[in-house]
Amino acid sequence: MTHVNPVVDEPQAPVPPPRVSLAKLSRILSLRLLLGITTLLSVSIVIFAAVQFLPGDAAEILVGQYPDEQTIAVLRRELGLDQPPVLRYLYWVGAALQGDFGNSLTSGRAISDLIGTRLQNTLYLAFYAALIALPSAFVAAIFSVLKPGGLVDRITNTLSLVFLSSPQFLIAYVLVLFLAVSMPLFPSSADMRPNTEIFRFLYICFLPAVTLSAVSAGYMARMMRAVMLDVMERPFIRMAKLKGVTPNRVVLYHTLPNALGSIAAVAALVLAQLILGVVVVETVFVYPGLGQLLVDSVSKRDVTVVQAISLIFACVYILLNLTADLIAILTNPQILYPGND
Amino acid sequence: MTKAMIQIFQTVGRATLGVQISLLMLLMLCGMAIFGPLVSPYGETKIVGSAYAQWSSEFVLGTDAIGRDILSRLIYGARNTIGIAFIGTTLAFLIGTALGVSSVLAGGWVDQLLGRIFDMLIAIPQLIMALLVLAIVGTSVETLIGVIAVVDSTRVYRVARAATLSVAVQDFVESARVRGESMRTILFGEVLPNVTLPLFTEFGVRFSSVFLFISSLSFLGLGVQPPFADWGSMVKEYAPLLAFGKITPLIPAVTIAALTISVNVVVDWALRLHTAGFGR
Repeated sequence: MTHVNPVVDEPQAPVPPPRVSLAKLSRILSLRLLLGITTLLSVSIVIFAAVQFLPGDAAEILVGQYPDEQTIAVLRRELGLDQPPVLRYLYWVGAALQGDFGNSLTSGRAISDLIGTRLQNTLYLAFYAALIALPSAFVAAIFSVLKPGGLVDRITNTLSLVFLSSPQFLIAYVLVLFLAVSMPLFPSSADMRPNTEIFRFLYICFLPAVTLSAVSAGYMARMMRAVMLDVMERPFIRMAKLKGVTPNRVVLYHTLPNALGSIAAVAALVLAQLILGVVVVETVFVYPGLGQLLVDSVSKRDVTVVQAISLIFACVYILLNLTADLIAILTNPQILYPGND
Repeated sequence: MTKAMIQIFQTVGRATLGVQISLLMLLMLCGMAIFGPLVSPYGETKIVGSAYAQWSSEFVLGTDAIGRDILSRLIYGARNTIGIAFIGTTLAFLIGTALGVSSVLAGGWVDQLLGRIFDMLIAIPQLIMALLVLAIVGTSVETLIGVIAVVDSTRVYRVARAATLSVAVQDFVESARVRGESMRTILFGEVLPNVTLPLFTEFGVRFSSVFLFISSLSFLGLGVQPPFADWGSMVKEYAPLLAFGKITPLIPAVTIAALTISVNVVVDWALRLHTAGFGR
């Protein structure tokens, strides 16, 4: 799905492994950071530029059905649309960094007001889902590595295939059917009000959080399992086995510590996907978050709002991917101690 | 029956039960998509009974809010959803493969430039990109296919480029170049036949993800528009029935899952067959 490390395509001449100094590590890190910043910038340019393809501009849309040259000209000056694109882009990014995204095209309200609590709600939900997904995937992965082909391994494998291949709304509605309709344990829509207390939040958002975590947990369990099995192929594990270390100890004391870095990187990668999952989940459970606002705005074709939310989602996504890469670099023994594998 | 057909049947016979069920499922769903109008009891948008009729021999899965037959809509939905996903994925493959292969063959600054552009595009989450485009140009089937083709071609480009690169450095390509063969002959005679399998597997994987993607967009009301039937939008439409303990909304959702699971299982099987040396 997403890339962890850029693939090195060109066959490289064998060079003697350099001793990694702090200077080299910081160079690798700053290079990756620079790449991350470049990506953020170029993505913001793409999102900004996309809107320029609109037939007509915001001024014409705002004036509505009875266009009148003078009003449009005045509006254009007011909105700064008579400026060259480069200036407008800089102004847009500058304002966005300060939390000002301009006004909605359809309602005319300030976008920051629309987004405000919704962004918070979405982050709460994503955090809740991550709290469910991370430990369950981690435990499932460890148990499946402890006994490959065993019951836990097979259940994890099947469940993750089903979760990964099912549309999120199927998981959501199955949960609703069993846990909200047949046995009315949880509410079928997340009725979030301002100042909901924490236990009430955990209760009413249980079904959305479980839905959101299902896909990610399946994906994470698979990747974590693969990462651990990969470590188990290494010579030092064979050594440990030959030494007569018990299988459980091999997994828990020899494999796990060496796989933790990659596992953390996997987690960050999957969380980036999880953030996007809110779009469907929020719609199913009528949860007042950013995803729901995004869908509403797309169907109303409120481009400025869509632009703002896209920028936020893309930033979170790119930053989480960057985090995954940084973790992978920092914990890769081959970068820290090359030639010692 | 020809020899090749017998061989195919034998291979399928030796496969696991899961693979056999998946193959059967795929055949059935594709049959539904292709022969839809012939097997469906009623028309796609025709109002044939009262609203919310119960399951009966007349309306096998009942009728929807305005009295259209749900089974017929399910069958036509297969056609719309699978069709769009198939065309979108195919276009993405044509674009991605063409650019990926020629990027390697051209090399130099062309390769660099294309690589950077696709790196940038791939950093934007697919869903966000699609929603942005749909907001700007509005929802229609053509837009939907176009968006998928462009957004997905970035992934295909990577696979095609990597696969071509690993083939391009091999001796037989080099010797063809030394023989003085044209770029075209090298491309069609040497490179493309050797990147078919990685691309085929990628096609299966991409198709099922595109299929899920379209279903989700339709579910959100941003994909296939009414009155045309589509599995994703059907789920959304029937969702209120869930509160009465009816499973009708789950049926199209389950067919979506069945299709993607089957594709994944079959692709996995094909890959294993290949590594086991099938057909050599």
